[in-house]
Amino acid sequence: MTNLRPMIMRYGALVALTLLILFNLAVTPNFATMQTLSVNLTQVCTIVIVGVGMTLVIATGGIDLSVGALMAIAGALSPMIFMGTLVPIAPLWLAITLGIVLPILVAGMFGMFNGWLITRFSIQPIVATLVLFIAGRGLAQVSTNGNLQVFKVPEFQAIALGRVLGVPFQVWIMLALVLVVAFILKRTVFGKQVLAVGGNERAARLAGVPVTRIKLIVYGICGLCSGVAGLIVIAMNSAADANLIGQGMELDAIAAVAVGGTLLTGGRATIIGTLLGALIIQLVRYTLLANGVPDPVALIAKASLIILAVWLQQREQT
Amino acid sequence: MMTGELLSMVGVEKAFGGVPALSGASLSIQSAEIMGLIGQNGAGKSTMIKILNGAHARDHGSITFGGQVWTAGSPQAAQRAGVSTIFQELNLIPFRSVTENIYLGREVTRFAGLLNWPAMNEGARMLLKRFDVTIDVTRPLGEFSTAIQQMVAIARAVSFEARLVIMDEPTSSLDDAEVAVLLRTVRQLKSEGVSVLFVTHKIDELGQICDRVTVMRDGETVAVLPAQGTDKLQLVATMLGRDLADVRRSGATAFTKATAIGDGLLEVANVAIGTRVSDASLAIRKGEIVGLAGLLGSGRTETARAVFAADPAVRGAIRFDGTTTAFKSPQQAIAAGMGFCSEDRKVEGIIPDMSVADNLALALMPALKRSGLLDEAAQRKVVERYITSIGIKCTGPNQKIRELSGGNQQKVLLARWLAMNPKLLILDEPTRGIDVGAKAEIQGLIRAAANNGLGVLMISSELEEIVEGADRVFVLRDGRTVQELAPAEISEAAVMNAMALGTSAVAKHAGLAE
Amino acid sequence: MRDPATVLRRMILSPTFAVALVLVLLTTFAMLRYDGFASAYNISSVLRYISMFALVALGMCFVIMTGGIDLSVGTVAAASSVVSAILSPYGLVAGLAGGLGFGLLAGLLNALIITRLKILPFIATLATMLAASGTALLLADNQTVSVSYDTAFTTLGQGDMFTAIRPEWVDGDDAGALGRVLGFILGFPIPAFIALAAYIAGAVVLSHTAFGRHVLAVGGGEDASRLMGLPVTRTIFSVYLISGACAGMAGVILASQFGAGQPIEGVGWELFAIASVVVGGTLLTGGKGSIWGTLAGAMLLGVIFTILNFENGMGWISLSAYWQSVVRGTFLFIVVVLQSRLAKPAPG
Repeated sequence: MTNLRPMIMRYGALVALTLLILFNLAVTPNFATMQTLSVNLTQVCTIVIVGVGMTLVIATGGIDLSVGALMAIAGALSPMIFMGTLVPIAPLWLAITLGIVLPILVAGMFGMFNGWLITRFSIQPIVATLVLFIAGRGLAQVSTNGNLQVFKVPEFQAIALGRVLGVPFQVWIMLALVLVVAFILKRTVFGKQVLAVGGNERAARLAGVPVTRIKLIVYGICGLCSGVAGLIVIAMNSAADANLIGQGMELDAIAAVAVGGTLLTGGRATIIGTLLGALIIQLVRYTLLANGVPDPVALIAKASLIILAVWLQQREQT
Repeated sequence: MMTGELLSMVGVEKAFGGVPALSGASLSIQSAEIMGLIGQNGAGKSTMIKILNGAHARDHGSITFGGQVWTAGSPQAAQRAGVSTIFQELNLIPFRSVTENIYLGREVTRFAGLLNWPAMNEGARMLLKRFDVTIDVTRPLGEFSTAIQQMVAIARAVSFEARLVIMDEPTSSLDDAEVAVLLRTVRQLKSEGVSVLFVTHKIDELGQICDRVTVMRDGETVAVLPAQGTDKLQLVATMLGRDLADVRRSGATAFTKATAIGDGLLEVANVAIGTRVSDASLAIRKGEIVGLAGLLGSGRTETARAVFAADPAVRGAIRFDGTTTAFKSPQQAIAAGMGFCSEDRKVEGIIPDMSVADNLALALMPALKRSGLLDEAAQRKVVERYITSIGIKCTGPNQKIRELSGGNQQKVLLARWLAMNPKLLILDEPTRGIDVGAKAEIQGLIRAAANNGLGVLMISSELEEIVEGADRVFVLRDGRTVQELAPAEISEAAVMNAMALGTSAVAKHAGLAE
Repeated sequence: MRDPATVLRRMILSPTFAVALVLVLLTTFAMLRYDGFASAYNISSVLRYISMFALVALGMCFVIMTGGIDLSVGTVAAASSVVSAILSPYGLVAGLAGGLGFGLLAGLLNALIITRLKILPFIATLATMLAASGTALLLADNQTVSVSYDTAFTTLGQGDMFTAIRPEWVDGDDAGALGRVLGFILGFPIPAFIALAAYIAGAVVLSHTAFGRHVLAVGGGEDASRLMGLPVTRTIFSVYLISGACAGMAGVILASQFGAGQPIEGVGWELFAIASVVVGGTLLTGGKGSIWGTLAGAMLLGVIFTILNFENGMGWISLSAYWQSVVRGTFLFIVVVLQSRLAKPAPG
């Protein structure tokens, strides 16, 4: 029994996902198709990308509510650059490169602003990031005057719609990000320090861990991830609507992190878990929908899933 | 005014998870008596208090209070039955007003359950007036000094018509003037017929305020002495479990001392920190283990933390390795070659969810970085070397540190710093809560490291550890360095003497002892 | 010790006073700048609208004072609006009871998850938020639910307090200042009246009942409160019920005011409420708070919104309505930074 519990803890998300897939293979018609895989992966892509940043933030014992707003900022800014609304940029490749790089960097800087508020003024993360949650989307809306920016730039939209080996490019971005950050968290000094800050901030400080800098970077990364997700959303939609990009993303990302097995109080985190968590939530929804259960019920199922996951995790702690 | 026995605890036993905390403890308090309670860490004082106030249940033994068997099962029940406890970290609510802090839980109401504020404010004012405290009781408690907050806690206790008030180190964060006010308040309680159990580490206060003193050691009550007329040295000797005659007779001990003491490494001159430390000085040379002795609350930990820049010093100078330092964070102190093991392993030492390897290499990691990546092969080598060389018992480097025993956790934390190859290592109670075998090993490790040129500042409440381990000893008393003991002068008697009686306001200036 | 000067200084330094002052200044500015801002029609429609947010903020204020948070208020209000819309054909009382009842039920769920399963309020109410949203969509079958106009249900949201005794002359051009004020008072919108009554009740409960003091005590120090023998769990339980009830009432007003139960409304209400509470000077860590500050905070955020609307309408500068969230966010930023300075416990 004592050996079983950590096992369940460690592979719980994986087991749940496997069971879900097996259930679907048995019950849901047309489940084992490329189409199904593609649909489900596309649905979770942005959630996972944001969830990766969120996992790092939560690993330090924080939270970031502003991710959706930062997505909107990046998503609103990008078309202005590559369509030349701000400044006409002659070569298309340059315009697109800038239109990808700059918005992501801007989102990263806003993320750093969150970190600055939290470390400089010792404001609780939930409140500090509330500032940009409210103001951030406003900034995006103001800069576009709330207008829909419609575009058709296949070169840019390739980041979401392009396919490599038959799999959407955004899925590759997601997988790359998951692997890279999982690697960073496991194999780098920075990753260890992130977990140390979340595991015991006082001890980490006394062991010389640069707590302030770690937090700044972590919120910065979360901003960068949000920026990437924002770009993917507009590329998919061929349009940027500052009112809608990333709406409710903070909750989806937190839910994925929680279900994935990352400790919400910090100190223990799994990026792969967040990927699995997002997939589980998506697959539960898909399973219900595909079997004729209305979408709202899926919301309730998701709520129960979150509570169940956190409750199990807490029992494990004691 | 003594009218007979109020409280009697006899043969009280209590164990936590098989480890005995109390084994045959007793305590007897008369009506309107102020009883002092002293003892080292782990002597069982706090367990005693917690059994008395209902937070813990006793395993064996009998307790009668006011002639009846004591059955309080919670602090609230104890309070209702006449025993109020004032903890060191005052259990009050700083944001709420003084009145509320006195009346929370038994508010005075009038019609329709609405609060009668005028009556409560007036009541609070009257209560405090009994102790000569006149303040605006409608202001938040947090706006007042710690001393006033203590008074409010006492007033709350009294308003419950307490017959016994337990005070856990009430003077530890008060200045001299505030202590005087508090002691007056305690006498006031006595004159009203209330008994007080006064837990303290300050030997002077016992004589000033107490009628009798109960001394505890290793979970047992070892002596009950009259407060007046008992030699302070006698009290300290009883508390530490030393035979007084023995102590007086033994001169310098003959333990192996440092092999090679080098040049000066650290000089701390006249440092003041917060309210606890007013004038601390000490010095350490390379290859030397310096003991920092003193009773609990004398400012040892605060001084050590200031050296490591974990807390800021208000005044005074710290010179390290030839330069005057003004580190802003432990990170800078570490970079300069310091290491620090906190006395509280759980709260300030280990990262419980991380592996032994990561905990051990936490401070070293920046140096193990190869283009951002953690050089795991190098980490593994370091970790395995320390696991074998200092004998850390674990299933392997990847075991979570929280699963290790206290002694092994401490070894990991020591290794965390030894791996850094520091110039100065500050150890706050390095062997607290560690079994005898591991203790000796750790002490050996410290000496071996010092023989390699490391300077060590060691805080310890255990006299042997200071006397046998240190090459030089500084003694703090009430936030001042009162004595410096050169190798030839170090003896249990000398250390205890300084801890109990040391008064010299300015000790021999640190670093000038040679 | 209590000379008038210090009392005055303390009052001026209090966050409630500061936010009220900003509110007054901003309103005065708006009255001078925009024709029609001070009109009875505008004021009452602003009040009617703000009342829903104010109610939600009131419940949130109680929760935050214990050191908790309730993210579910927005979707609970939406779900309550659906429930009351469905029940509205059975009359005002049925609609009201249905909406309130649903709010209480959601509050009960939060309270149980938090106190029994010991799950962080943040996560517990996040889950309830999703569940309430799902329930709302289910009950409403993914569309807005029309409210019955055959019953008196819509008066709750659309009616005025004293229409029956309101003389006609106050609406005339020659009514004069007195007439306008009288007209305003007699035409006080019912939702605003409900909110005001709730705030008065809330303020009385907070300042003049043992429960109210326990709320603040628990937020100020949970362990200390427990050692003082206060009913900590019961207090925490109760504040989530209060918050649920407030959200339920806001939902009833939402349905009644706009004539429809709206399952997808309420998004972001919880954050508006949190912002109101914080702007009003309540500490997010609990233990210290102000009911009237919360009301002033909610009204301030509402007035900013109205001003931006007017500014747009005037066409002087092309200020989009979107500036409101930027301004709100900036407000919150200033307030939390100031609070982080003030919240430090006074030196001993």
